[in-house]
Amino acid sequence: MANPGGDAVCNGNLHKHEKQSDGSPSGNCAKNGIVKEAQQNGRPHFYKPIVESFEEAPLHVMVFTYLGYGLGTLFGYLRDFLRSCGIEKCNAAIEREEQKDFVPLYQNFENFYTRNLYMRIRDNWNRPICSAPGSRFDVMERVSDDYNWTFRFTGRIIKDVINMGSYNFLGLAASYDESIRTVKDVLEEYGLGVASTRHEMGSLDKHEELESLVAKFLNVEAAMVFGMGFATNSMNIPALVGKGCLILSDELNHASLVLGARLSGATIRIFKHNNMQSLEKLLRDAVIYGQPRIRRAWKKILILVEGIYSMEGSIVDLPQIVALKKKYKAYLYIDEAHSIGSVGPTGRGVIEFFGLDPRDVDVFMGTFTKSFGAAGGYIAGRKDLVDYLRVHSHSAVYATSMSPPVAEQIIRSMKFIMGLDGTTQGLQRVRQLAKNTRYFRQRLNEMGFIIYGNEESPVIPLLLYMPAKVAAFARHLLNRKIGVVVVGFPATPLAEARARFCVSAAHTREMLDTVLENLDEMGDLLQLKYSRHRKSTRPELYDETSFELED
Amino acid sequence: MKTEEAIIYSYGFATIASAIPAYSKRGDIVFVDRAACFAIQKGLQASRSDIKLFKHNDMADLERLLKEQEMEDQKNPRKARVTRRFIVVEGLYMNTGTICPLPELVKLKYKYKARIFLEESLSFGVLGEHGRGVTEHFGISIDDIDLISANMENSLASIGGFCCGRSFVIDHQRLSGQGYCFSASLPPLLAAAAIEALNIMEENPGIFLVLKEKCERIHKALQGISGLKVVGESLSPAFHLQLTDSTGSREKDVKLLQEIVNHCMDRSIALTQARYLEKEEKCLPPPSIRVVVTVEQTDEELERAARTIKEVAQAVLL
Repeated sequence: MANPGGDAVCNGNLHKHEKQSDGSPSGNCAKNGIVKEAQQNGRPHFYKPIVESFEEAPLHVMVFTYLGYGLGTLFGYLRDFLRSCGIEKCNAAIEREEQKDFVPLYQNFENFYTRNLYMRIRDNWNRPICSAPGSRFDVMERVSDDYNWTFRFTGRIIKDVINMGSYNFLGLAASYDESIRTVKDVLEEYGLGVASTRHEMGSLDKHEELESLVAKFLNVEAAMVFGMGFATNSMNIPALVGKGCLILSDELNHASLVLGARLSGATIRIFKHNNMQSLEKLLRDAVIYGQPRIRRAWKKILILVEGIYSMEGSIVDLPQIVALKKKYKAYLYIDEAHSIGSVGPTGRGVIEFFGLDPRDVDVFMGTFTKSFGAAGGYIAGRKDLVDYLRVHSHSAVYATSMSPPVAEQIIRSMKFIMGLDGTTQGLQRVRQLAKNTRYFRQRLNEMGFIIYGNEESPVIPLLLYMPAKVAAFARHLLNRKIGVVVVGFPATPLAEARARFCVSAAHTREMLDTVLENLDEMGDLLQLKYSRHRKSTRPELYDETSFELED
Repeated sequence: MKTEEAIIYSYGFATIASAIPAYSKRGDIVFVDRAACFAIQKGLQASRSDIKLFKHNDMADLERLLKEQEMEDQKNPRKARVTRRFIVVEGLYMNTGTICPLPELVKLKYKYKARIFLEESLSFGVLGEHGRGVTEHFGISIDDIDLISANMENSLASIGGFCCGRSFVIDHQRLSGQGYCFSASLPPLLAAAAIEALNIMEENPGIFLVLKEKCERIHKALQGISGLKVVGESLSPAFHLQLTDSTGSREKDVKLLQEIVNHCMDRSIALTQARYLEKEEKCLPPPSIRVVVTVEQTDEELERAARTIKEVAQAVLL
């Protein structure tokens, strides 16, 4: 297909077609060639309309939610008063006698929420499990004799609870085949701890192997791995930007991104979640006005976004961000913690999902916790970027490197997904995940629950709103042997408590159907079906084959 | 550790860097030693509190700062009633290999009403009769220290870290420790390894004496080298070798030390230079070689190592 040379505009994105003759390593070039051809041929993964919904709740629900919190607060004040009078026994831990005249460690109000509201429903969080977090797992049974102040384990285990809460997108968290022997061999050969930083004595050949594999997986030039996902963000953003730079970060970014941005010392401006007009306005102001007070141009402008936002289930609007970034010459840092391995036709993340060129994004960051069944994080991108980070990253100098068996587990999982172990099972799992996601979301929408987020994202938040329903939901479902994660304030806004489902490729259709039936019953029991866009499940009335015209 | 409660983090660096901001917020005052390690510095930076540095292990300097703070308080008693005060120290300092004077610190704590956060990454599993750290070494009751934080990467040969103390203090981190709430938990493999290591520590307390002996031996053996001085106490298993007279520029020092390290490596002794991020540290320690001893090394190996280092140092520096 003849392509006009130069800056041809294809589908609104600027593609420099001459780039193919760059001095990039040969493997990369061939891969890029394939991707580009798919684009040149009027790509099969065309510009899908992004369907995201964040429906608002009906008014009466919000009123009741706030009423519920208000009532809880009132009772909280009452109980605090009784406790200070001495009428009620105080069950919480208190300060030492000798230190009573020290300045109090916690402000009274900070703990108000914890003491009064969180304590009532505390048994729904921090539940210990005692098996691998596969599609079914075992939960240790826990009871409380004094209204959740202390817990005790009865010793029984609730077996085979369907797991809708773990980030197990491709089902790799449980042992999936016999080759876990390689991990055992590595454990015996290298031991467990590394006891040194990357710069000193901690760089192993396993790390090199893993890094080159990650680079190949993501179709970039180089990558660097770290021992913890949270620490990857909080220790590398300060190494990349500093004072005099501008960071534009999304409203709902993860705590690690926020911490990294704060520690870097750069100026931070926030744009509304996934809102391109807001981002464009900020970019224009930054370029036109420059730094505040001195009016000089910013040294660097970095846009921080995530692939999939874990609390909302929305996918970032990447094509538009890339277009904006090119127009205003900013840098893009994308945190693919949830999206790597779970979206895209072969599981390579949001870049593949939208069919874009990996060279458009400057810094790829991701974690191995969610889809690969291990722990740790990586940063990938151009070779000079990664080389710079090898020298200047805080983690490379002061924090220990990844443990060898964990690295081996990631190598194994990545080879499985890429198909390098000789089977197509990895690809099948990615497809199974996409199927499960679409089925689950569609059925939940039909039933009438309010679901947030993009149709293709495997993270599904179901809105519950009222604090009491949060507790009831989690407890009832555990009784029916389904494990879910519920989230409330302060991880979400006060009035939008939700239950978050994580669909996995390991879930079979039967498991999903069981869960959906139970959810249906729960929805009727707890009156959770708030959606006003209820889709009818009756067959279409105008299907012509079902009635005949009388002549 | 004989405390009420402990909380586990999945990364050693993140342990202290998340624990400090959970308690100390903007407007609180933290007194910290100059030789504190980078993780503590990052934790302090994230907490946005007022930081006051005192000279390394100098209790007089710390007392002076505390007195100044007290005078400020008397001027503004209402504000003083809500600003919390913390002292952050390490048990065995990574950057200098010295031990903090804990008994005096505890006295200062009660006199000036500040809370102590003790970071025991190097001293956990090393000091004390049963390896419980600096508190056991000095014989101080563990209730006097508000928070003890350590990483499991040094003595326990695993990955991760923990904080221990009274429930009153530790329970707060379950909801407000950033590295705990917003991050994945420790893989069971590493947790099991740490449990095994703790069992081993409990079952044979004799290994601590052995370690102590080995540390003292290598200290003595490395004393007489011309041109290099040993920095660090004889109890510390990780100490530094610094140049006695520096050549004036940091790069030349680093090059010299690197030559020594390379020569030693050729003779199959693995050493490393202590690495720092030169632009980011608040108080940059001078360049040095870090020497670490383990229980597994036999006496002959230690002798050989000491001899090799002596020869190489003489060859390079003269």
